[in-house]
Amino acid sequence: MMKKTYKLENLECAVCGQMIEDAIRKLDGVQEVHVSFISQRLTLVAEDAAFEGVLQAAQKICRKTEPDCRIVL
Amino acid sequence: MTSKQKKMLIRISAAALSMAAALFLPEGELPQAVSFLAAYVIIGWDVVYQAVRGLFCGRIFDEHFLMSLATIGAICTRQYAEAAAVMLFYQVGELFQGYAVGRSRKSIAALMDIRPAFANVERGGEILAVEPEEVAVGERILVRPGEKIPLDGLVCAGVSVVDTAALTGESVPREVAPGDEIISGCVNRSGLLHIEVTKAFSESTVSKILELVENAESKKARAESFISRFARYYTPCVVLGALLLFLLPPLFFGGAWDMWMNRALIFLVISCPCALVISVPLSFFGGIGCASGRGILVKGGVYLEQLAKAEVIVLDKTGTLTKGSFSVTEIFPVGMKKSELLELAALAESHSNHPVALSILKAWGKKAESVQIKGLQELPGRGVQAEIEGKAVCVGNRRLMEEIGIFCAEPEAYGTVVHVATEGRYAGCLVVSDEVKPEAAAALSALKKQGVKTTVMFTGDVQKVAEKVTKTLPIDRVCAELLPTDKVAGVERLLQETSSRGTLIFVGDGINDAPVLTRADVGIAMGAMGQDAAIEAADIVLMDDSLLKITQAMHIARRTMRIVWQNIVLALGLKVVVLLLGAIGLAGMWAAVFADVGVSVLAISNAMRALRFKEHNERTEAQGSADL
Repeated sequence: MMKKTYKLENLECAVCGQMIEDAIRKLDGVQEVHVSFISQRLTLVAEDAAFEGVLQAAQKICRKTEPDCRIVL
Repeated sequence: MTSKQKKMLIRISAAALSMAAALFLPEGELPQAVSFLAAYVIIGWDVVYQAVRGLFCGRIFDEHFLMSLATIGAICTRQYAEAAAVMLFYQVGELFQGYAVGRSRKSIAALMDIRPAFANVERGGEILAVEPEEVAVGERILVRPGEKIPLDGLVCAGVSVVDTAALTGESVPREVAPGDEIISGCVNRSGLLHIEVTKAFSESTVSKILELVENAESKKARAESFISRFARYYTPCVVLGALLLFLLPPLFFGGAWDMWMNRALIFLVISCPCALVISVPLSFFGGIGCASGRGILVKGGVYLEQLAKAEVIVLDKTGTLTKGSFSVTEIFPVGMKKSELLELAALAESHSNHPVALSILKAWGKKAESVQIKGLQELPGRGVQAEIEGKAVCVGNRRLMEEIGIFCAEPEAYGTVVHVATEGRYAGCLVVSDEVKPEAAAALSALKKQGVKTTVMFTGDVQKVAEKVTKTLPIDRVCAELLPTDKVAGVERLLQETSSRGTLIFVGDGINDAPVLTRADVGIAMGAMGQDAAIEAADIVLMDDSLLKITQAMHIARRTMRIVWQNIVLALGLKVVVLLLGAIGLAGMWAAVFADVGVSVLAISNAMRALRFKEHNERTEAQGSADL
């Protein structure tokens, strides 16, 4: 299990942040996820093996929800 | 303002100009319509674009989609001015929202500006500025005047004064010299310090504190979870309402399609729950930020919510209500002066390291250099005996006195009694006790004024001693002679007596009371600077040990909750009113735009108030304690 925090760029609406969080939570291997609109951070807890894949998928979810939003890696 | 925000500002100005021009063109003719439409395109093209994109991703309740639908609907019914205006105000609102949120984020970050940027490490005779994370335990760092202490460590050379303001909220200068422990986050004020690092950055005080505050958002208050649940249902419900409003009256009651479509569009404009979704967490965040700027670390919005409802407050005695350090409080001499008795006791104890002995020496305040002391003998569990300038002196407890054949009475005083006998005659006694903190009475009465019904004191001391402490303090109940394990049971009993709407707060010094801190609704640890265990176990951590911090925390909590409820009522109330008025045709597109972005802006501005703390109240509270 790995826990990492990333900065989010251009997350501009609070509802979108919630939608991103909900969508990431449904991904396989995700243990815990929290998107903070106020501090513009994504905290992700996922299995070691799945982590990279989850992160890639999360990046896609961000782009889909808010076109300019991305996870700073 | 970011470059993106600047670009938006230019677009807004261009669209506003185009709209203004339209107002001067002949009413209802083609040039005016074109001018309004131009404004609409300038300001709204990206919203429509994102709406289309959202549709492909299967998001129907997306705010872009709803805005586009509402405005395109307005254009279809030839309300060009309204369509352009809705888009314009929507964008203005979004811009302001982004700006305000960005600003509040910055001011909260500024309050928590304790993260050191670099550390000057000595490596191979050179001094290198590196990231604090790169410094290993055991390395030596150099801190110049004006710099932050980057890592926890021991001072190995240099004398200076450090300022703990960033950690405790109060600027209390502390002198440090070689051998002293030093905590990261303090600012070095005067001299050059060489420090040997004892903890890696991730284990240092600064990191612990930052981690705590950064994780605070995940512990949501009930008001917050209510809002996010509400937001999930709100949009679909309003959109469904809009659909019904559009279809039902014309189909069954012969209403005009145009009119009902218009009213349905008004619903769509109000359907975004943004004002609530942003302002409630922002208020909590502001409250937490405000508290951390004063050395009060709150681990989540939920604890502010619980603290605001405090009904019972349980305080530990030693170290919480009292200073936790001993001092001579009373002197009862027999046949000599008070100062003579004190001197006699101090001389006999002059070589002892016992806390009681140290407090007697401190009270005496002189050095026993010129006085002849012979045959000094420590009698474990009883006291000491010595020959001072030829006289046999015994200093100790009642047992020692009885052993040498002296029977004496225990005085009516709170604390540890130290008897003194010289040449086989009783000379009197000294009372050494833990002093009650000077601000305790003021803090407790302030808590009562803030709505706390019962104050309870927990202590391991005997009943008699405990009652003496409470005589001077507004404490309603005392639970004495408690073992650490009894404390949990005691809190559980009190929890049962607490009403369902109130909460129980436990305040301790974080030493040995971790189970109680977790069991209470809100556990507050005080004087926690540099104590990892306390920081971990408590829900609210006070960086210094002033009891007034509790009343400050309470004040901030209650104020934050007031702001949260104001925002919920304001945002929901206005939306419901405009929805109802819109349904019966009394509110138009303009009112709808206000209910959407206007309310967001108002709610955000209100939430920002949570960041500020009325200095006025702070001063009166401080004065209250000074009067004592």
